Amino acid sequence: MNSRTRNTVLNCLALALLGAFIWWAEGNLDGYKIQVLNLIAVNAILALSLNLIYGFTGMFSLGHAGFMAIGAYTCAILILTPAQKEIMWILEPLIWPLSVIQTPFFVAVAAGGLLAALLGLLIAIPVLRLGGDYLGIATLGFAEIIRVVLTNLDFITNGALGIKGIPAYANLWWNYGWLLLTLFFIIRLVGSNFGNVLKAIRDDEIAAKNMGINTFFFKVVAFTVGAFFAGVGGALMGSLVSTIDPKMFAFTLTFNILMITVAGGLGSITGSLIGSVVITVLLEWLRIVENPLVIGSFEIPGIPGMRMVIFSLALILIILFRSEGIMGMREFSWNRLFGRFSRGGDGA
Amino acid sequence: MSINMFIQHLFNAITLGSLYGLIAIGYTMVYGILRLINFAHGEVFMLGAYFIFFAITLLKLPWGLAAVAAVAVSSLCGIAVDRIAYKPLRDAPRISALISAIGVSFFIQNLSIVVFTGLPRAVHRPDWLVKVVNMGGIRILPLAVIVPLVTLLLVLGLLWVVYRTKPGLAMRAISKDIETTRLMGVSVNRIIALTFGIGSALAAASGIMWALRYPQIHPFMGLFPGLKAFIAAVFGGIGSIHGAVVGGMFLGLVEIMAVAFFPTLSGYRDAFAFVLLIIILLMKPTGLMGEKLEDKI
Amino acid sequence: MSDAILNIENVTMRFGGLTAVREVSMAVPRGSISGLIGPNGAGKTTVFNIITGFYTPTEGAVKFDGQDITGLAPHMVCRAGISRTFQNIRLFTNETVLENVMIGCHVRRKAGWWEAPLGLPRFKREEREIREKSVNLLETLGLARLADERSGGLPYGAQRKLEIARALATDPKFLLLDEPAAGMNPPETRELMAFIRDIREKFKITILLIEHDMKVVMGVCEHIWALDHGVKIAEGDPEAIQSDQKVIVAYLGEEYVKYAEN
Repeated sequence: MNSRTRNTVLNCLALALLGAFIWWAEGNLDGYKIQVLNLIAVNAILALSLNLIYGFTGMFSLGHAGFMAIGAYTCAILILTPAQKEIMWILEPLIWPLSVIQTPFFVAVAAGGLLAALLGLLIAIPVLRLGGDYLGIATLGFAEIIRVVLTNLDFITNGALGIKGIPAYANLWWNYGWLLLTLFFIIRLVGSNFGNVLKAIRDDEIAAKNMGINTFFFKVVAFTVGAFFAGVGGALMGSLVSTIDPKMFAFTLTFNILMITVAGGLGSITGSLIGSVVITVLLEWLRIVENPLVIGSFEIPGIPGMRMVIFSLALILIILFRSEGIMGMREFSWNRLFGRFSRGGDGA
Repeated sequence: MSINMFIQHLFNAITLGSLYGLIAIGYTMVYGILRLINFAHGEVFMLGAYFIFFAITLLKLPWGLAAVAAVAVSSLCGIAVDRIAYKPLRDAPRISALISAIGVSFFIQNLSIVVFTGLPRAVHRPDWLVKVVNMGGIRILPLAVIVPLVTLLLVLGLLWVVYRTKPGLAMRAISKDIETTRLMGVSVNRIIALTFGIGSALAAASGIMWALRYPQIHPFMGLFPGLKAFIAAVFGGIGSIHGAVVGGMFLGLVEIMAVAFFPTLSGYRDAFAFVLLIIILLMKPTGLMGEKLEDKI
Repeated sequence: MSDAILNIENVTMRFGGLTAVREVSMAVPRGSISGLIGPNGAGKTTVFNIITGFYTPTEGAVKFDGQDITGLAPHMVCRAGISRTFQNIRLFTNETVLENVMIGCHVRRKAGWWEAPLGLPRFKREEREIREKSVNLLETLGLARLADERSGGLPYGAQRKLEIARALATDPKFLLLDEPAAGMNPPETRELMAFIRDIREKFKITILLIEHDMKVVMGVCEHIWALDHGVKIAEGDPEAIQSDQKVIVAYLGEEYVKYAEN
């Protein structure tokens, strides 16, 4: 069996294993554990999309929360029933035709991604002329503008009250399904010579231009595709947590995604996946320090804020002492895995 | 709008602009030297406000002494942040230091929630600062005169340091070429520490006056003034002290006047600065008074 | 010079008050190896940056193969058939040697990026062709055994060579080399000279190089331009340049020349 057939077989096996695990998890795990598994998938989508923008193409973007907000609001408005919408929009009624449209979940999530991508495209064209830290601040600025606009457009977003009771369609199947789609898309893109082109722009933009690469075009492409998947992640997140409001999409959210991407390894897809498992679990586990702890008859009060203290300290330590994160730019591959046992078995 | 109202708004705008300007100076000085957006700068501003609060309530220091102490301690905090979180990354890619700065910003904010609790507090304000004075129909706080005056004095003092003293000369030299300056025998790290110290002191001074003007302080109060002041620095031309002050003033004017003339825009007030940022970056990325930084091929 | 591949016509480049290049004209003969020399700060690299589209000249025009390329964006200049190397090597350091060359092949591909996730046949065929072409190119230039090395970790000489290989991957008609021999010892320099002649024959290209090492310039160049303070002070074949009074003065200084003559 050559390595190519072997890899295909192994990929199929891994997929089947994932399917079996989800099926098992739905029947046997409690709601909290399932929620954590869901969060891992959504965070992985978000981390992959940021990695495409920053890790692979080198554009330091801090606008993820904005794209997520667009995805989440679009999806929520599309999956609520007209009756729910009539009750919920108190400040001003939801404008027609949004008030009567209702779409299937898949369409709503895709629409969330598309709208985020459209906005990403509109933002990209002016701001991607900037480099490095200026781009970071400009994208952060856009995310904040989106938040302010969402707060004020009562007739679409229900203003500061937000949207409650979003149908919880985002189960394990949907979330991991979208994650696989994201993975497939990004692996195909990054693994091709177009991926090399993106990395070239990251490594040396001047040399990339000199190699005949229309660097601006490819930066816009990577940014827009990243925005699409950020919108998808936001849409799933909204359905997962059932309540969204403009405050939820503050800079902290972007910070968490940045943390996952950096911890996993900038420029590594495997890293983003591992990072989202590690960081999501860590963030959940850290809730302990904020909740009161009861040991026998003693009660140790929780410390609000401690979770983010530890979390931000972890980011600083990673950047100071291991800036390449868990994976650096390396990727998992079956060939590498088998190459370790049998040298020369590497066919590709 | 009556002329009296307009003058009142103008005073408000100049006060706000001064406060933005003082923070912006720290951004512009650090960026000029290290090409780093010191994301934690807004947190030093917040710490300044908290330090004076505790100096008055816990240590029972008289008001003036408390202010000086708060500025001094904040200044040390700024230097410490540089030493711990930025200095080890001087040779790393520039964005690494920025990520570290973002981490520090979140760290200080949340540590403040842990230590100071998230409850808003009110800083004690001497009565004479906040007794409304009526001057021919124009009602203003003495603060609205004092804040710009203090700002003016601080800026003049800073300009004297930067343009008339040896450390100031070293600062300007480093911002042109850090390596050559090092070779000339200047202790670069000491000058960088001084830069952080001065910038942080000005941010703390701004934080203290902010707490007097808008008397509620809380751990997240540094976030928006910090971001906006950075924008003011970019608007004025990053690296330029004059530019930072002008940028801060302009931003203060825009925020106050736009809402005064178009009250329906008040919900969008926090977005003005960002819109301004994007416009300036597109029209003139070097800002009003900045020098052009060229990529060498 | 009836058949010139590149014509620089009265080009002037000003940065603020500083004139880096003043009214320079050059006609590079098709198929030649030519040289551009001059003391530091003479404006040589500025001329390269103008040709490759990184600067738009303040005045004058650049014509390549009959087409006016003045002010064209760098990636369009590359598409037109001009490629270059840089004075301070600019490789994609995180990528392997093979990937660096493959990136050079990108400019000639026809598939769009969106065909990659869809896996369309044209895209797959092109991916295969790019890989084959890159492997062949590395073999031709003697870099094949380094194909999977990270380019940032290569020894200096190999990095210089890879930069040329990457430039050749764009299928240029005209190649610009910015100080290819910088930092090389005499045996390496000799090898480089053979290499430069070799690639002209194999790839049927025109080469223009900037070089300080006069052995290289006089050894491989058929035609030479000398710049000083942004002005063209001489042009001709190697013998003519070597005996040109202005060139000698520019390099050695007027005082020294007077002293030597006495």
